[in-house]
Amino acid sequence: MEFKVPTMAELMAAGEEPEILFWVGCAGSYDERAQKITRDICKILHHVGIKYAVLGTEESCTGDPAKRAGNEFLFQMQAMTNIEVLNAYNIKKIVTGCPHCFNTIKNEYPGLGGSYDVIHHTQLIQDLINDGKLKAEGGESFKGKKITFHDPCYLGRGNGVYEAPRKALEVLDAQLVEMKRCKSNGLCCGAGGAQMFKEPEKGKKDINVERIEEALETNPQFIAAGCPFCMTMLSDGIKLKDKEQEVKVLDIAEITARANGL
Amino acid sequence: MVAQIIFLVITLAAIVLFTINLRKIIRNIRLGKSADRNDQPQKRLMTMLRVAFGQSKMVVRPIPAFLHFFVYIGFVIINIEVVEIMIDGIFGTHRVFHGLGGLYDFLIASFEILAFTVWAACIIFLIRRNVLKLKRFGGVEMTSWPKSDANYILITEILLMSAFLMMNAADHQLQVLGSTHYITAGAFPISQYLVNLLPSSESALVAVERGCWWFHIIGILAFLNYLPYSKHFHILFAFPNTYFSNLEPKGEFTNMASVTNEVKAMLDPSFVPTEAEAGKFGAKDATDLSWVNLMNAYTCTECGRCTSVCPANITGKLLSPRKIMMDTRDRITEIGKNIDQNGAEHQDGKSLLDDYITREEIWACTSCNACVEACPVNIDPLQIIMELRRFAVMEESQAPASINAMLGNIENNQAPWKYSPADRFNWAQED
Repeated sequence: MEFKVPTMAELMAAGEEPEILFWVGCAGSYDERAQKITRDICKILHHVGIKYAVLGTEESCTGDPAKRAGNEFLFQMQAMTNIEVLNAYNIKKIVTGCPHCFNTIKNEYPGLGGSYDVIHHTQLIQDLINDGKLKAEGGESFKGKKITFHDPCYLGRGNGVYEAPRKALEVLDAQLVEMKRCKSNGLCCGAGGAQMFKEPEKGKKDINVERIEEALETNPQFIAAGCPFCMTMLSDGIKLKDKEQEVKVLDIAEITARANGL
Repeated sequence: MVAQIIFLVITLAAIVLFTINLRKIIRNIRLGKSADRNDQPQKRLMTMLRVAFGQSKMVVRPIPAFLHFFVYIGFVIINIEVVEIMIDGIFGTHRVFHGLGGLYDFLIASFEILAFTVWAACIIFLIRRNVLKLKRFGGVEMTSWPKSDANYILITEILLMSAFLMMNAADHQLQVLGSTHYITAGAFPISQYLVNLLPSSESALVAVERGCWWFHIIGILAFLNYLPYSKHFHILFAFPNTYFSNLEPKGEFTNMASVTNEVKAMLDPSFVPTEAEAGKFGAKDATDLSWVNLMNAYTCTECGRCTSVCPANITGKLLSPRKIMMDTRDRITEIGKNIDQNGAEHQDGKSLLDDYITREEIWACTSCNACVEACPVNIDPLQIIMELRRFAVMEESQAPASINAMLGNIENNQAPWKYSPADRFNWAQED
């Protein structure tokens, strides 16, 4: 990367505090495809000049997949360990690159002693656009391009965030097309509830195939995602349908970074 | 006088029997674990007014919403007429409210129009279920009883409304003939067209009028007593069910306090737990669920909106959120019967998990909340699925192998995949 990503440990050593902590998440840290999204979120943060930091190697799983798989012990162990780190750094505001981390830290950490102002990266992008700090200029033009947005369950239904990702796309002057099942009626990509980590049960079809078929019905040039797990499922679906050339699956952060030439 | 006594006896017997059965259901719900749903009374009241009274979640599907609205409004409004029937029945009067004059005419006319719309809506509902065979009304859990139950309800409502209209038609005709006891009262915009179906003699007309009157009121009392055995119970429980529904974001799952104590003690040996809550983790049987889960189960009217939006079900998996609710209700009802017959300590060796709901079902869930969102009365099948998973994982260590591997990774590497924690920040090194 062209700039150094600051860590909390470094800021602390310098006696400084960030305006916002970027919670990367496990997928964003390890999954090759999701790492690109992580870097683009950093580029956006760097571009607008917000003072931010990441935890780096001090970050660990929020415990979300353990909790959804029914292992409350492991979830709370993870949560309390994370809360200890976050509180020690006096963190006030967190932006996450993943709706699952977002939901868990925002909703499930307060009861265990970790209360923060938590936003998802699409909400950060919306705020930056609203404040005039972020535009869609200096990069790739999405004008008139057909984009359909896939609502992540834990952002949409789980937390009622439907507008932020769409606002982030509206600024592109692109042609937004909605899938038949969208917003509160959106269809899951198939990865939630710890499904990401197991084979699906016996059935007539994989959920991501059902979803990608619906997305392709809108004849999009881009399918926009807001979750690294949805990204995996949708990308796999596109590969299976052999549409990799015609249709790109991109995260809202990647689209924003591209539109701004970051 | 004899008629009044018969009426009173039938009415009292119906009310007593209904109360006994209602109390059994409430007893069964109380077999569930505690859950605090008494916070934010104002917000709860608003939710109930919006979702149950206002039918706000029905509008997603406009055709059934429209038809259901008429049946719902008809049910609520026509019950005002039942008050008059009750007074007439007890005191031997006839159309006791006729003194209201023009207002009475307006009320009777409204009841007639509503009765007709209820009648028509129920006919269309029957056609949707039995002729068009809408997919939503099918599925593995829709065995012969649930299907018959739905038809019985619709046919009963059609018969009740028919009796009500025929009664008015005969009454109207008797008023025209100037028959004694049949004072001129009411307006009959619908039943006036049924006159041709009526006999001409006064005595036969009285027989029809009285016959329909008795059929209508006995029918209502019988229907009241059918409710506790039927999915139609939702007409009562939709209200408390929405009032006590979850007000937090759907993505938020409860943190188990019993686990918090253990984890805190593990991380800090000097920690003294505030409340010692023993018992098992998660749910194996219906009594391990919370009373809210059990109330949800009794409220379910098996409409299938949950199952029709479930990604697992859509793609052919065994999981059906409606089945989760029906299984939970069937199991807690069975436990209740066991208590009535064999005492509170009786164990039948069965459980909700495995005997009703299979592992394959609970592991197919993506926790996407589509079922919760779709339910018109705020039922939450996901919470039951999660409680069953908690039992399988924490009490039995029985999860699919790949899930166990993921859990092991989190435990050892603080990530669900097998990567070294030391490599977590490597993403910043590449472009």
